[in-house]
Amino acid sequence: MSNYDQRDPYILRLGGMRLFLRYMLLCLTALLFLLPLYWLVSSSLKPEYQIFAQPPVWWPVPPVWKNYIDALTELPFGLYTLNTLIIAVGAVIGHVLSCALVAYAFARLRAPGKDVLFVVMLATLMLPYPVVMIPQYIIFSEIGWVNSFKPLIVPTFLGNAFFIFLLRQFFLQIPIDLEDAARIDGANLLQILWYVIFPISRPAIATVAIFTFQFAWNDFLAPLIYLQDQSKYTLMLGLSFFRSSFEVNWAYLMAASLSVVAPVVLLFFFTQREFVAGITIGGVKQ
Amino acid sequence: MTGRKRQWTSLSPARRREALSFYLLISPWLIGFLLLTAVPMLYSLYVSFTHWDLLTDPVWIGLDNYIRKMPNDPRFWQSLKVTLIYTAAYVPLELAGGLFLALLVQNRIRGIRVFRTIFYLPTVLAGVAFAVVWLWMLNPRSGLVNLALAQVGINGPRWLLDPDWALPALLMMTFWGWGRAMVIYLAGLQAIPSELYESAAIDGSNAWSNLVYVTIPLLTPTIFFNLILSIISTFQTFTNAFVATNGGPLDSTLFFVLYLYKQAFEFLSMGYAAALAWVLFAIILVFTLLVFRSQRFWVFYSGERLSE
Repeated sequence: MSNYDQRDPYILRLGGMRLFLRYMLLCLTALLFLLPLYWLVSSSLKPEYQIFAQPPVWWPVPPVWKNYIDALTELPFGLYTLNTLIIAVGAVIGHVLSCALVAYAFARLRAPGKDVLFVVMLATLMLPYPVVMIPQYIIFSEIGWVNSFKPLIVPTFLGNAFFIFLLRQFFLQIPIDLEDAARIDGANLLQILWYVIFPISRPAIATVAIFTFQFAWNDFLAPLIYLQDQSKYTLMLGLSFFRSSFEVNWAYLMAASLSVVAPVVLLFFFTQREFVAGITIGGVKQ
Repeated sequence: MTGRKRQWTSLSPARRREALSFYLLISPWLIGFLLLTAVPMLYSLYVSFTHWDLLTDPVWIGLDNYIRKMPNDPRFWQSLKVTLIYTAAYVPLELAGGLFLALLVQNRIRGIRVFRTIFYLPTVLAGVAFAVVWLWMLNPRSGLVNLALAQVGINGPRWLLDPDWALPALLMMTFWGWGRAMVIYLAGLQAIPSELYESAAIDGSNAWSNLVYVTIPLLTPTIFFNLILSIISTFQTFTNAFVATNGGPLDSTLFFVLYLYKQAFEFLSMGYAAALAWVLFAIILVFTLLVFRSQRFWVFYSGERLSE
């Protein structure tokens, strides 16, 4: 991040008029990005008759907060929230534990066959989910896991190529002297991991946790396949069901959408640094 | 590290212990790879040679799914067409759009952090909510888009409800996801040494020549990375289409993965769906390999390549 803070020569030459034009362009583009969000928020607070008003009502007066209550009680969104939380938290624990161990092994330990395995792991990054989706479904249905959270949580304890790669890149940057010092003091591998590596790697591990949480929260295809009972639905399944099964009341639908994404949006605001840093760890430096 | 045939027996006890620890630590991934990737892939290859409705036993039909059913299935061709057109349009748009945003927010000027946040925010909504928002934005009667068009006297199309406009509409709404490419570009821009701009400035370069002769060439590894990510994910487009149009109207947005899903879980045609999945895999693989091969013509690596 630190390079962003340097005053690069390019910007120094962005004098008066150019700087003004830059801000104009920034504001126009930002407006384009914010309009859908604004429309979402304002629609969610409109009474039915204002939803279809021409010309558009920009800000509903008075705002109908009751839309939220009505929308969220139309379906058991509380239950869906609980279901989604169980899956998301389970996935976070699974990914953090498994990926950290595997990534450390790939970053630091020497063994015959390691290079080949590493290439195999990177290759699986390119494997589209739909290719394994059907056989995985058949396997999980054979062992009776369909219509439970297990197919969504258990696999996360078996690692994820992207996060393993990301953590490995991070671990490689940690000076090896630290571990050597701990080893001389008689620490074993797990102690080194726990007391030396993990504390230093908190930003990278936070990244894995945040991404996993966000992904699990928003995931749609896998829950759609595995969760059949409505009582097992995640928020996204609930929202999709809401959209397709009711005489569409747009104000309700917008209120439900906003409520459903609010937690990840808040998470994003509180963890922006980790977010941006995390995406870029593995991305650029090979 | 590259002594290929290093036997376990030739390792010193300490190295053998280290190797053992290695395999112990990676065992979760190894088990996952075998049980959730390798075995399923072989299994799905087998399934793709069968007719199977999940209720009765699979019936071996050889290559029928590939050489008889698929070529004669108009919806297969339609889904392929939709996906290829969409990918051909989406990938360049995302690459250019993401770069545009990154260049716009790369300089540390007052308030830039807020703009970065605004541009990245919509990608957090990825999935159902993203599609629902645009479903409403593009509502023919009272979506913001048509209301705005009406203000300037244009009678907007029915967007997602019109077979001719549905795919362009899906494409249009994706600008909202450019933030993903943007942050990766930002990291790439960060890695370009500022001395290069200084020496370019001495040579009297302007913003445009900086962009064309310094920034873009040095950014090609990042562009390459974004290109690969974009191709792989775009071929798998599913949620937007499922939620916003469910493939319609008249199959005009029948994406490949959506069709695959319908075959598997609506028509319970597991064998055919598995065959479709393999075709998708082959297509993605070919495109990815082509892009990898093309690297030496346009990707410029400045530093020495890191190796183990």
